[in-house]
Amino acid sequence: MRRGRLRSTALVSPALLWWAGLLVLPVGLVLAYSFFQRGTYGGVVYDWTFDNYRRAFDSLYLSVLWFSLRVAVEATVISLLIGYPVALFVATRPARWRTVLLVLIILPFWTSLLIRTYAWVVLLNDQGLINRVLRGSGLVDEPVRLLYNEFAIVIGMVSTYLPLMVLPIYAALERLGPELAEASADLGANAWKRLWTVMVPLTLPGIAAGCIFVFVPTLGNFLIPDLLGGGRRQMVGNLIQGQFLKARDWPFGATLAVSLIAMLLVLVLVQSWLARRGVDGEAASRAV
Amino acid sequence: MKHLKPTRFVALAAITVIAVVVAVVTGSATAKTSGTTLTISNWDAYTPKDLIPKFEKATGIKVKLAKHTTNEDIMGKLEAQNGGGYDIVFVSGPFAESLKKRGWAAKLDPKQIPNRKNLYPAASRLAYDLGNKYSMPYTWGTTGLCWRSDLTKTPTSWNDLLKPSADLKGKTTMLATDRWLMLPALKVLGYSINTVNPAQLQKAAALLKETKKTLLAYDDTTFYSKLVSGEARLVEAWDGWCNYGIGENPKIKFKIPKEGSDVFVDTMVVLEKSKNKEAAHKFLDWVLRADSGKAVTELVLYKTPNAVAMARVRKSLGKQYPNLLIPPKLLLTFETERDLGKAQPLWSRTVSGIVG
Repeated sequence: MRRGRLRSTALVSPALLWWAGLLVLPVGLVLAYSFFQRGTYGGVVYDWTFDNYRRAFDSLYLSVLWFSLRVAVEATVISLLIGYPVALFVATRPARWRTVLLVLIILPFWTSLLIRTYAWVVLLNDQGLINRVLRGSGLVDEPVRLLYNEFAIVIGMVSTYLPLMVLPIYAALERLGPELAEASADLGANAWKRLWTVMVPLTLPGIAAGCIFVFVPTLGNFLIPDLLGGGRRQMVGNLIQGQFLKARDWPFGATLAVSLIAMLLVLVLVQSWLARRGVDGEAASRAV
Repeated sequence: MKHLKPTRFVALAAITVIAVVVAVVTGSATAKTSGTTLTISNWDAYTPKDLIPKFEKATGIKVKLAKHTTNEDIMGKLEAQNGGGYDIVFVSGPFAESLKKRGWAAKLDPKQIPNRKNLYPAASRLAYDLGNKYSMPYTWGTTGLCWRSDLTKTPTSWNDLLKPSADLKGKTTMLATDRWLMLPALKVLGYSINTVNPAQLQKAAALLKETKKTLLAYDDTTFYSKLVSGEARLVEAWDGWCNYGIGENPKIKFKIPKEGSDVFVDTMVVLEKSKNKEAAHKFLDWVLRADSGKAVTELVLYKTPNAVAMARVRKSLGKQYPNLLIPPKLLLTFETERDLGKAQPLWSRTVSGIVG
């Protein structure tokens, strides 16, 4: 018994070290910094203060947060609306096609995020491809403003993070298998009803995971709002980046980062509750 | 050696020793720094191509050139390494001031930089570092309006950018970095570009918030390509960067608005933590040589505060890029950016309030 425990400790220790060194320690440092003060010329003065948190509750920063949440929700909903059908399509193909399709979905990740984002600038700008086609075909006289607004930011986010929505939903659908859908069809459920009362509820954990995977990086992204938003709208990621780099105010940047992490933590708790409910539901249905 | 007589051996040994001593004594001036490696960080595409190879050849000092994209970028890197990691960094005036006040900049020894005599006298009267005690100026310039003369009329005032005419709406950009984002409004209102007065900052912010609705984007890096493509017709620009647009389309022009502007100075700072200060001084002195300064202006298209170098710049270049001819006298009627110190959080909140 004792030897078994020793061995299991030895086996998990690399993971524990990884977790302690790359998660607990850095987050702990960020948390600690959030209680210090900025020096007059940058740097950190190690005097305890709660002032940073008082500053963070400024209506200005709350409105930046609100805008970020809106963009993240929009990107997540659109990703879900596109991602679920795509995952369903892939999951219902013959096995040899599935691999090919999955590789195609992951393929964009082989290109740098910067290049993929800049490609949108080339496509969407006033003199860009889309506007030239629109004008060339006589649909519009004046260029349509597609770039440097919320629309462009959301497009950038969706195109970047869509694979992260498709993959967990695909995994859930594949595990589900075709039998339940076939059984409900035999019992007279039409396609819509099959989807809505059988597939969606049973793949809810996959949906929740996909939503988290899209929502979290969208909320903190600062590159896409910078390039596609033209710097005219700030998201909370830009705000944090600006505090660290432009204002050289590490303590306040740390405070904003801690606030963001706290919010995301709540979200992950909701997701894990949903996932657990899914597992319980599966167990319950099996018991029946 | 076996057949050598003892006396001849002694004689040979003595000659060898003398030769070595002579070589060491005469060579020490260059030998001490020769073979050392300097780590230098400059803005990307801001160093003339042959400047460093020539320096390495003449002095035997090796240079490792790192690149940064903005002042903020290199300051962040220094912050993370507690003021170390480089021997020399290129930063703008207020950042040199900040490095000095943090104790990260080394006090320069003027005796080791004889070529500072090439500088305009005015270049040592810049407020961020009076007397060039901690920094040597590399380039300088001003901020103004850069526009497509075939697509819009000649602007005269910052208001042409801040309150654009109907045909320019959605076709203008402003610089994204705090200091220059605020500058046009501060100049129009007649305030100092270094103001820390909350009421003045608020008034400028109110004006800029209205302007934001008319902007295509805030842009620090690609504004000139937006002019070239025609996406933008009038942009706020550093004069040197406007030149990159002029190089591609001669219909692009540059002008300092009637309300005036700033004089920004990009400087070289030796870090206190550098272990190669003597070699670093040699590099500063090398950059201040007349032909180095000439290369900087001809290849990077920025003015340098080096009077001897400017006198040697190809005359035709001034015709193509008229802003290279802006006289130092005019430049120095403008204020230069200072470190904001305690007011930095107020400034960054003000700017967040505009773009947020």
